[in-house]
Amino acid sequence: MNFKLKDIVPQLITVIAVVLVFGFFTYNAQINMENRGIDFGYGFLSQESSFDVQFSLIEYDGSHSYFRAYLVGLLNTILVSVIGIIIATILGVIVGIARLSPNYLINKFAAFYVEFFRNIPLLLQIFFWYFAALRALPLPQDAEAMFGVFFLTIKGLYVPAFIWQNFNIFFYSIIAAIIAIIVIRAHAKKVQENQGKQIPVFLISIGLIFILPLLSFLIGGVRLSFEVPVLKQLATTSFIYEGGVSLPPELIALTLSLSLYTATFIAECVRAGIQGVGKGQKEAAASIGLTPNQVLKLVIMPQALRIIIPPTTNQYLNLTKNSSLAAAIAYPDLVLVFAGTALMQTGKAIEIVSITMFTYLTLSISISILMNWYNKKIAIQEK
Amino acid sequence: MFKYLKQLTSLVAMVAVLFTFTTESMAAKKSKTLKNTQKKGFVRCGVSQGLPGFSNADAAGNWTGVDVDVCRAVAAAVLGDANKVKFTPLSAKERFTALTSGEIDILSRNTTWTLSRDADIGLTFVGVNFYDGQGFMVRKSSGITSTSQFKNGISACTNIGTTTELNMRDFFNSKGISYEPVAFEKADEVVAAYDAGRCDTYTTDKSGLAAQRTKMKNPDEHIVLPETISKEPLGPVVRQGDAVWEDIVRWSLNTMIEAEEYGITSANADMMKTSDNPAIKRLVGAEGELGAAFGLDNDWSLRIIKQVGNYGESYKRNIADTGILPDRGPNQLWTKGGILYVPPAR
Repeated sequence: MNFKLKDIVPQLITVIAVVLVFGFFTYNAQINMENRGIDFGYGFLSQESSFDVQFSLIEYDGSHSYFRAYLVGLLNTILVSVIGIIIATILGVIVGIARLSPNYLINKFAAFYVEFFRNIPLLLQIFFWYFAALRALPLPQDAEAMFGVFFLTIKGLYVPAFIWQNFNIFFYSIIAAIIAIIVIRAHAKKVQENQGKQIPVFLISIGLIFILPLLSFLIGGVRLSFEVPVLKQLATTSFIYEGGVSLPPELIALTLSLSLYTATFIAECVRAGIQGVGKGQKEAAASIGLTPNQVLKLVIMPQALRIIIPPTTNQYLNLTKNSSLAAAIAYPDLVLVFAGTALMQTGKAIEIVSITMFTYLTLSISISILMNWYNKKIAIQEK
Repeated sequence: MFKYLKQLTSLVAMVAVLFTFTTESMAAKKSKTLKNTQKKGFVRCGVSQGLPGFSNADAAGNWTGVDVDVCRAVAAAVLGDANKVKFTPLSAKERFTALTSGEIDILSRNTTWTLSRDADIGLTFVGVNFYDGQGFMVRKSSGITSTSQFKNGISACTNIGTTTELNMRDFFNSKGISYEPVAFEKADEVVAAYDAGRCDTYTTDKSGLAAQRTKMKNPDEHIVLPETISKEPLGPVVRQGDAVWEDIVRWSLNTMIEAEEYGITSANADMMKTSDNPAIKRLVGAEGELGAAFGLDNDWSLRIIKQVGNYGESYKRNIADTGILPDRGPNQLWTKGGILYVPPAR
């Protein structure tokens, strides 16, 4: 090896500069914090938080620690991101395909949707959905039941709670169905490659996923009952629903606005992806006798996905980061609970903001890694 | 090689310059804040984002309120002109960071004085300009007239980042009532959500409830319940570590209260110079050398009284006459049955 000084020196200088700049900021912050009597440390995380949170996926109240409050916020952020990503993807794919529809009405409607929602600032949309919904939704006592058991009110969406007996047997039956489907698919692929015969995997899969859980009810002793929300009077004009599960309007408004907004961008990615596949591909596939469904599934989509995935990953990241706007409408996400209330109660600005930043970074990188893995999986495998 | 050495040298020089700046700023000088304020020509004051009676901006951007008057008093004392204040509206969440990071020099933003805030986070509370307590607002139509009628499942709208969240938990826990806290970042959203019917009750400091009620669609439909669930002494805050500045702010506030006690108003302050009472003469700068201790002239307190008025005038102008809280309650002088009692200016 032949190291040349000229190659190393610039890099060395860069490293030194970076270290110096970071060192300077750390040192400066330390001195200033000391001057102002601010302690630095993460010990507060184990202290009692003594504030409550409206909505939590894990058991939490003010007697738990700040660390648990952090987890509550983190899980709420993940919840809204995951639901948002799922809805945005489904909606985005539908709208993206609709934009390529030869049907004038569908085509124009999809175009209008995309242009409308992607050109209005997200925060405004969140406020709109939240406050418009609040104004439009009925008070609990005026709410009409949907299907007799759902109640959409200003205080949230109340849905029946499932009360299971022998839930584990039901759960295992689903697992068994999924494993069976995977095995059958692998088998079907082998059969097709060896004998050219096609097995109706899709129908079999649907059958399995219904029949096995059904069997668990019939012979496994699984019982399911519903707890329907019941109106309860708190005062002359204030009511709530008791029993059942309640989804706060903040969660609904936030998910709705994030999905509607992000779906517009995903729709454009999908459109670009499909249009990016050469017309000849489709014609060639049709000429060898594939059905239109097979053309889409076997020829167009595998190629389009390669174009769609990378920009869609960006949209997933955006959605996750945008979920921090939750603080504006009282959805207790990471920013509201941890970088909001916890920061205020402890005054540990630097610690909490750095933890929050690191958390978002980790979340984003996880999504990136996952999507890159998927992207690699569907990439052209040269044989 | 030499080419890079030259770059390295300039880099080191740059870093050295930056360090010099810090060491210079670290040097403990007598009231750096006072010096900076006089150099800038205005007092940097952190206020709320709009709380009628305490700190609220009108359409033309003029700030009024009892919290605003504290900053104006300091400006009158230090700069000679009560209007030389730069107001920075801050959310509850931002306020302490803005102060400790040096973005503002006084935080006068209906802030509750508590042990942990005073001791923990590099702040010093200089006094109390409003004695408050947390209460609850409900819709009149709900028929609720007391917190004892609260039932399990009640939803309560409030702000994040305040003592309110903690008091609320203490209160509901001690009563054994389960509740749904709905916490917003900004007061305007809290009011909008409560007004729309999202919550059964709205909880914050009673003065805040009274002030926000005036912003609602139909103020008469709401009442503030009589119970007070906490002590909320609100007062101005300064950064820790500048004792002189701390004293200036503390005694600017005290001057306003003491002036009321001795009946000195913005209208009669000049005439009081010839008073027989030495305490009055000290307050209007006709006797003693009180300003010297802060590095100010002797008319500092006279300027406060003349330009801003005494505490009673400020209260009347901002809180009573605007219909927010006509009754002064505990915020009355100790001589008149309240608890406003400040150390003597001598």
